[in-house]
Amino acid sequence: MMIEGTQEYSLNMGPQHPSTHGVFRMVVHLDGEVVTKVEPKIGYLHRGLEKMAESRTYTQFIPYTDRLDYLAGPHNSLGYVQAVEKLMDTEVPERAEYLRIIFAELGRIASHLVMIASGSLDISGWTPWSYCFRDRERILDLFEMTAGNRMTPNYFRIGGVSQDVPEEFMPALKSFLEDMPEMIEEYYGIFFGNEIAQSRMKSVGILPKELAENLLITGANLRASGVQYDVRKAEPYGIYDRFDFQIPVLYGCDTYDRHFIRLLEIQESKKIIEQAYKDIPAGPVMTKVPKVLKPPVGKVYHRVENPKGEMGWYIVSNGSTKPARVRIRTGAFVNVQMLPEIVKGWKMQDLVTIFASMDLVLGEVDK
Amino acid sequence: MDALNNLFVNIAAAIRGLFADSHSFGADLSINIIVFIMLFLIMVVAALFLSLVERKFAHWVSQRSGPNRLGPHGWFQFIADAVKMLGKEDITPANVDKFLFKMAPMMLVGVTLMVFGVIPFGEEMVAIDLDLGILYFFAVSSLTTLGILMAGWASNNKYSLLGGLRAVAQMISYEIPLIFSLLGVVMITQTFNLSAIIEAQKTIPFIFLQPLAFLIFLIAGIAETNRAPFDHVQGEQEIVAGPFTEYSGLRWGLFMLAEYGNVVATSAIAVTMFLGGWYGPEFLPGWLWFILKIWLVIFLMMWVRWTFVRMRIDHLMHFAWKILLPLALVNIFLTGLGIYVYDLFIVRIGG
Repeated sequence: MMIEGTQEYSLNMGPQHPSTHGVFRMVVHLDGEVVTKVEPKIGYLHRGLEKMAESRTYTQFIPYTDRLDYLAGPHNSLGYVQAVEKLMDTEVPERAEYLRIIFAELGRIASHLVMIASGSLDISGWTPWSYCFRDRERILDLFEMTAGNRMTPNYFRIGGVSQDVPEEFMPALKSFLEDMPEMIEEYYGIFFGNEIAQSRMKSVGILPKELAENLLITGANLRASGVQYDVRKAEPYGIYDRFDFQIPVLYGCDTYDRHFIRLLEIQESKKIIEQAYKDIPAGPVMTKVPKVLKPPVGKVYHRVENPKGEMGWYIVSNGSTKPARVRIRTGAFVNVQMLPEIVKGWKMQDLVTIFASMDLVLGEVDK
Repeated sequence: MDALNNLFVNIAAAIRGLFADSHSFGADLSINIIVFIMLFLIMVVAALFLSLVERKFAHWVSQRSGPNRLGPHGWFQFIADAVKMLGKEDITPANVDKFLFKMAPMMLVGVTLMVFGVIPFGEEMVAIDLDLGILYFFAVSSLTTLGILMAGWASNNKYSLLGGLRAVAQMISYEIPLIFSLLGVVMITQTFNLSAIIEAQKTIPFIFLQPLAFLIFLIAGIAETNRAPFDHVQGEQEIVAGPFTEYSGLRWGLFMLAEYGNVVATSAIAVTMFLGGWYGPEFLPGWLWFILKIWLVIFLMMWVRWTFVRMRIDHLMHFAWKILLPLALVNIFLTGLGIYVYDLFIVRIGG
């Protein structure tokens, strides 16, 4: 409601703003502190990954996939290598399948930890932020000791993984899994259980179930709006069908639930990793694939459950060493469109929280 | 011990002794200049040191590294910070209101320094022993709002303006519970003089008689000094740095100086009103007790700052007007009742 004689004003938030999580830009229309309209502007991190793929061989493109959702590198490559394997009809050794699951789920935990951390930082919670990053560090150490890289491990290969894990990996993984319940309790105590944090997030930025479905929202954002949908269960890829885990779902549809569901998913990922840790067989980690990959002519669509949402890989092969066309459907890109719908009428401060709850990674949005 | 206790008083007397007439204009002037310089140094050193302690505290609470390079365990970092701030380029952006833009940081520091004038650091160790010391504190500390609004308005930046407006709304709202929380103490002691209030706490600090008031004062004081969970004025995640967004170099440093100076001043008032000022066990001089108690309050404030997240601006207002203010009024009522009962029964029976 505008008071007579006053006017709305527009505020340009980003691309360089402390809480736009990268180079997202939004033009915010404000009536005092109240948001009347938000126009998201994306594309500041556009690197043309899909076009790049056309000038690189199938193997050469794997490192680029890590840089889509750079907070959860392994899961992006998982989608890509599995798509190419589907195209070529390649079998992957058992041990490699288990290692892939361990890495992908560790990446999911790392990504969710960053999400919780930045979500708390956006309401000025510095301590939860540093707790989450402290624990994420251990996951990155696990990546580092195996693949050399920390955030973008570039570990998966078409037909397996690049190398077996070093012998110190499994004990380190075990101690990390053992410490996890305590960590989760700590996050709950300092952030989710905090009265002020709850008053900031509960029933703020409602994304109703119908709206979420109509906007094709996927991932944890959808599950926080009461839809129990997860590609890992709906269309199991890799060896996900062998594990016993739940798909958490919350019905609050608000910012708090979108944060809290990540904590629940971390616990489910922990279950998966524990099972994989128990069952992992010995053996080779790479199948025999030709030095020069030439998939047969054809096309393939493969989808995986990236931490940010559903990630689809559409690859067209013309029989040469390079893909003819690669199209990536990323969850975060589609999820952007919920922002203008759900922030109307909330305060400028809530805009920041709501934006954090969407868990966007600009590498994935802009590709 | 007595010599140590009266160290600064004796020094002042010695300086006065240098003049033929120890209460001549020249003696007063030189004492005042020395006291002013001392207060300024106290504020600057305390603020600089506090900026370091805050990071050390953050390191302790949230398990991050904190400053750890310069000096033993990084304890000299604040010197490097001060030098860095002095060396930075001072930018005045185009299209700002130049006069107000340059006035604002100076005004804030000046106002903060004025608060230090009435703080009794020890017995007879007060720059200006005003009879209306508390009223002076209220009057002067509310002027900081003006400085922040000036910065926000003059910067010609939407983030700054939002921050400035928030500052006015927040600080005016919290001023009222802040004042009301101290009224209970005034009712008990029947004086506005800060030294007299401390002397009344010789047997029992008022925190035991006025626990609710202390709590209200602490909360409102945190809000007055714009620290989390009430740091809406700077609200880094929403409005970048609020009114300070456009400032750089020493001017920005002055804002930080004023902010930390305000923290010290508010803690000093809390110590004066509730924690018994310079009184403490005899093995330490009074002024050292005063300083230690200030640090205790500062640690409380830091603990809150690194534990809680920022409130929403409308919750903040509700909290001031719907919770703190009624509580402060209840406290005044209970204090009045207590005094009445005390006068009615205990004094009469005893007397």
